[in-house]
Amino acid sequence: MTNRVIAWIDQRFPLTSFVKHELTEYPTPRNLSYWWNFGFLAGFVLVLQIVSGIFLAMHYKPDIHLAFDSVQYIMREVNYGWLLRYLHAIGASAFFIVIYIHMARTLYYGSYRAPRELLWWSGQILLLLLMATAFMGYLLPWGQMSYWGAQVITSLFRATPWFGNDLVLWLRGDFTVSDATLNRFFALHYLVPFIIFGMVLIHLVALHAVRSSNPSGINLADKDNIPFHPYFTSKDFYGLGVFLIVLCGFVFFKPDFFLEAINNVPANPMQTPAHIVPEWYFLPFYAILRAIPDTLGGVVAMVMSIMIFAAMPYLDRSKLPGGARFRPLYRLAFYVFIIDVAVLSYVGAHPPSGVLVDVGRVATFVYFATFLLLPPVSILEERWLRARGLPPGLETLVVGEDDKVGAEK
Amino acid sequence: MSEQDKVDPERRDFLITSTTILGVAGAAGACWPLISSMNPTPSVKSEAVTEVDLQGVAPGAVHTVPWRGEPVFIFHRTQGEIAAMEESKGGKDPQPDAARVKNPDWLVVIGICTHLGCVPNKTAKGWLCPCHGSIYDNSGRIISGPAPRNLDVPPYHFAADDKIIIG
Repeated sequence: MTNRVIAWIDQRFPLTSFVKHELTEYPTPRNLSYWWNFGFLAGFVLVLQIVSGIFLAMHYKPDIHLAFDSVQYIMREVNYGWLLRYLHAIGASAFFIVIYIHMARTLYYGSYRAPRELLWWSGQILLLLLMATAFMGYLLPWGQMSYWGAQVITSLFRATPWFGNDLVLWLRGDFTVSDATLNRFFALHYLVPFIIFGMVLIHLVALHAVRSSNPSGINLADKDNIPFHPYFTSKDFYGLGVFLIVLCGFVFFKPDFFLEAINNVPANPMQTPAHIVPEWYFLPFYAILRAIPDTLGGVVAMVMSIMIFAAMPYLDRSKLPGGARFRPLYRLAFYVFIIDVAVLSYVGAHPPSGVLVDVGRVATFVYFATFLLLPPVSILEERWLRARGLPPGLETLVVGEDDKVGAEK
Repeated sequence: MSEQDKVDPERRDFLITSTTILGVAGAAGACWPLISSMNPTPSVKSEAVTEVDLQGVAPGAVHTVPWRGEPVFIFHRTQGEIAAMEESKGGKDPQPDAARVKNPDWLVVIGICTHLGCVPNKTAKGWLCPCHGSIYDNSGRIISGPAPRNLDVPPYHFAADDKIIIG
């Protein structure tokens, strides 16, 4: 019976061939480490956020007079409302942790390199959409930090030349962040996740065209690939189990860990809290914004700090295959970058005073230097490695890759 | 190949089956908070108890009160109406009047037509539903029209002679 139903479907829709091609026969490098689990985890968190968000939206009211109380109502009255809200709020932080690890893995192993540029750029768009969604969602509880965060971030657009003031007015729909702003943020916060979902499908189409990279950084021979299912489905689900243990640990035992206490005070447009900080996942970019002593310059630097990832396939001039494991200078640059982001996060979380101002400026300089010095560094590194002698067999792979790229052009 | 590396298909099948069952049960269990969140909150449920003061409802008058957001008719019947109702057995859903009241002076029924949920209007002989013409008598029993049942009697009790608690 089942076979007949599947045969009936297959005549009308490529079900069996799709499952075969994308799952049970989809060749996946056998040497993928657990760092390759985070794409799947990001997909899971996206579904978790959409589902918990839909059920929260059934109780939430996007009205400045009702929003704060409706969140308290969700926490106190709605059955399991506390669970939905904590899952959604902590899920947002989990989303960024997973995505940042996913990006760090891509950088470390050079997965952004040809032919995976479009895969990387679709990921860059996903990052921007995720940031926009998180920012708009943070306004919805209508607490003090929600309000002033939105006030500050929308004010950034005032730096736009010529029509900055009009643009801010248009974004807010009012002279300050107000009822109109809250309502449109809610509408967009509900919409954009579905755009993200569509973009994830494009991300996956791009992935399945070029296939996963792997820790060696070399395209493996067919015999070194194994089917995605069951090998990597089971590996992904194991990783999911570990992830869920950590997530539930926070949801049930440390639900306030990622939340700002001051956001439990209703928004007051007449009184800014003494110390404004964005959510932790925006801290490095916030620190870069503050490091530049000029409004427009700061905004440009902040936008550049996010968009510069897209240039990675062209900043990295090395023709040698393989990620940071086989490239000492690139590996050094990677760790400098990670430490620098941590420093920027610390600076962003504290009031800009004394030595922290200088630390923030140096860290901002280092942030851009790790990217912009990469072309000469990667070329010098390649020359040095070649002079030292490449491992036997690697030379052919380098030439092979060059030929392939040339043939595609 | 060492002893431990040998594949035991039965063991493997058992592990796959038990993992799948546990996983599906866990996923199903995780859906419960979502479903439960759509149920009425405790504050909504607490509105399901309404206290009504009967003082000031003259004989022949109907006092309508909300209970769970639905209208409840509290009808102070005259002696003539009580006598007529106690004689009658009702229409297509026969029921003695005594089974529908706790005190014959007061008829307490949910003012929702049992056909499709409209609120019937009071007439001299009982109620007429404006939507599809169901006619109820002064005991809330269906006499004619498409409604299948008599008007429902909500759970209530007399806290005092002139006070009832619905719910």
